[in-house]
Amino acid sequence: MTIEQKQLQNKKSEQEQNNETIMQASHIKKYFPIKGGIFKHTIGHVKAVDDVSLSIKKGETLGLVGESGSGKSTLGRVLLRLLEPTEGEVIFEGKDISHLNNRKLRAYRKHMQIVFQDPFASLNSKMSVGELIEEPLLVQTSVSKPERKQMSVELLEKVGLRANDRAKYPHEFSGGQRQRISIARALALNPKFIICDEPVSALDVSIQAQVLNLMADLQEEYHLTYLFIAHDLSVVKHISDRVAVMYLGRIAELAPKEQLYQNPLHPYTKALLSSVPSTNVREKREKIKLSGDLPSPANPPSGCVFRTRCPMAHDRCISEIPALSEMEKGHFVACHLYE
Amino acid sequence: MKENPVLEVSNLKTYFYLENNFVARAVDGVDFTIHQGETLAIVGESGSGKSITSLSIMQLINKPGKIVDGTICLEGDNLLTKSSKQMTKIRGNDIAMIFQEPMTALNPVYTIGSQIVETIRKHKNLSKHAARERVIELLNLVGFPRAKEVMNEYPHQLSGGMRQRAMIAMAISCDPKLLIADEPSTALDVTIQAQILDLLMEMKERLNMSILLVTHDLGVVAEYADRVLVMYGGQIVEETTVEAIFEETKHPYTIGLLESLPSLEKEVKRLGAIKGSVPPAYLFPKGCRFADRCPHVMDQCRESNPELLSIAPTHKARCYLYELGGGHSHDNRAKTTAEQKI
Repeated sequence: MTIEQKQLQNKKSEQEQNNETIMQASHIKKYFPIKGGIFKHTIGHVKAVDDVSLSIKKGETLGLVGESGSGKSTLGRVLLRLLEPTEGEVIFEGKDISHLNNRKLRAYRKHMQIVFQDPFASLNSKMSVGELIEEPLLVQTSVSKPERKQMSVELLEKVGLRANDRAKYPHEFSGGQRQRISIARALALNPKFIICDEPVSALDVSIQAQVLNLMADLQEEYHLTYLFIAHDLSVVKHISDRVAVMYLGRIAELAPKEQLYQNPLHPYTKALLSSVPSTNVREKREKIKLSGDLPSPANPPSGCVFRTRCPMAHDRCISEIPALSEMEKGHFVACHLYE
Repeated sequence: MKENPVLEVSNLKTYFYLENNFVARAVDGVDFTIHQGETLAIVGESGSGKSITSLSIMQLINKPGKIVDGTICLEGDNLLTKSSKQMTKIRGNDIAMIFQEPMTALNPVYTIGSQIVETIRKHKNLSKHAARERVIELLNLVGFPRAKEVMNEYPHQLSGGMRQRAMIAMAISCDPKLLIADEPSTALDVTIQAQILDLLMEMKERLNMSILLVTHDLGVVAEYADRVLVMYGGQIVEETTVEAIFEETKHPYTIGLLESLPSLEKEVKRLGAIKGSVPPAYLFPKGCRFADRCPHVMDQCRESNPELLSIAPTHKARCYLYELGGGHSHDNRAKTTAEQKI
């Protein structure tokens, strides 16, 4: 076999691998009860995630955007099984984990990790950096102490910190460095799937770029799959392969990034993209203005949840919930305009 | 450009006296002018001194901080010589301010109406009834469809965008000459951010105010500002018009900042991150404050801090790259070398 053939074969097997689904969510609902009255009856539900289905392929980055209250973080926590879904299935590598108990889940935990938004709140301030990074190894594996130390040093160097930072405490680091520590900690168990919940939104632009570059490098090196949750559309565009747009607990549009950004179909996606301030001072884009605020997820509008702010809303939107349907290959949209 | 300065700040220095004799030079020799009807943006990362500059104008600096030098002239009148009583009259009346987080800026135990009425009655000789009428008018103006009801509501009953609207209503209630907006849209979602900033600009036109827009978001700068100051390490490193800051960028820091920004329009494989992080204000190097992070650093940069040089009639930069070449012929030097690096 010539080298070229070999490369071709490698490429093929890579592609096959690329099409393998690592995480499949179908018809996920997560309702939080609202308690009221003297006996704390359930008087309603906050429908944080309402009938969401998506699949994440091995090695890709799926971006999840939406405004605050759209349910993107809740969805992330359900996929990780930090929350149990009210309805629906979460399938990780072919195994339904949606209702496993904590003990059985532990075997899956090491394959799935999360990096949180606020590196000031997510690191225990009383633990040294070494302890923080070694903790997952201590809980999940039977690696000996010197080996753990060795591994934490390697991880620190991997994320651009120094070996002698092991003995320091989180308060001695800046925001960007702390986020590096969180990433090292998430990588400790060599996971397959990482949820990044607004990992760079608390950081300054120059630091944000450093962390985004680091995350892209690590993805390549460790063949990681990311679910990247963020509200910043330009950041999501930079890092993602496919992007899902959420609005009030539902997916409005899901598409490969080029299609989503160049040819958005859903009126909400269009409005969202047009509201991002552009650094192009010569050509001003036409802005689609949305009036009003996000409705309360405790009492979402009937039919299409976006209809109260949609410039194109018509009668059908009030009565019927639009289904997420495929318009072109891989491009899904939930809107009556395209049916 | 209308040559009618509203605010002139010169050589402003605000230092913080910390423990162990450390002195944080948060604002260190800042000069700028805002003209009437102009929107001047101050951009910078956290720790650059942009917020302390705006707080210094309002004289809202508390111990251990102190304005140690400089003048701040509002229409020719130096505010730094005023007593605190006189300043109270100026704040809210001549200069108003909007903060990033409206929930912390509004008092949670008073209704929206009573808080704005208080501001108006403090500065204008109006009866309670007339003041209430004025508040309803203001709330309508900033886009509350049910202004009368909002009067009697508390801040927690409003959404983030609505609270920021209420803050704007309060800020413009006494027709200020200058409005300082410190990250007015940072805590809001993009669709709401556009609403609030458009409202701010509409109010500016209507009342012929000047706006000092403090922000970290270069997109917001591009869309709303007329002129831009880029701050780094307590000093202005570049000052120019909004077109020139994006198209004829001079200072290596500004160039780095623009390259680290992911954009909707163009696709890059890797972002051009600036290495390292902002030094703390009590540990500035003796030379150029950006030297440790600069890709073009020279020996000279470590020796002494460059002056803010005029390199074109409306363009200033604090960098030795432009001093050596003597201006125009080397205009794009920093930029081209930066491009080569990528």
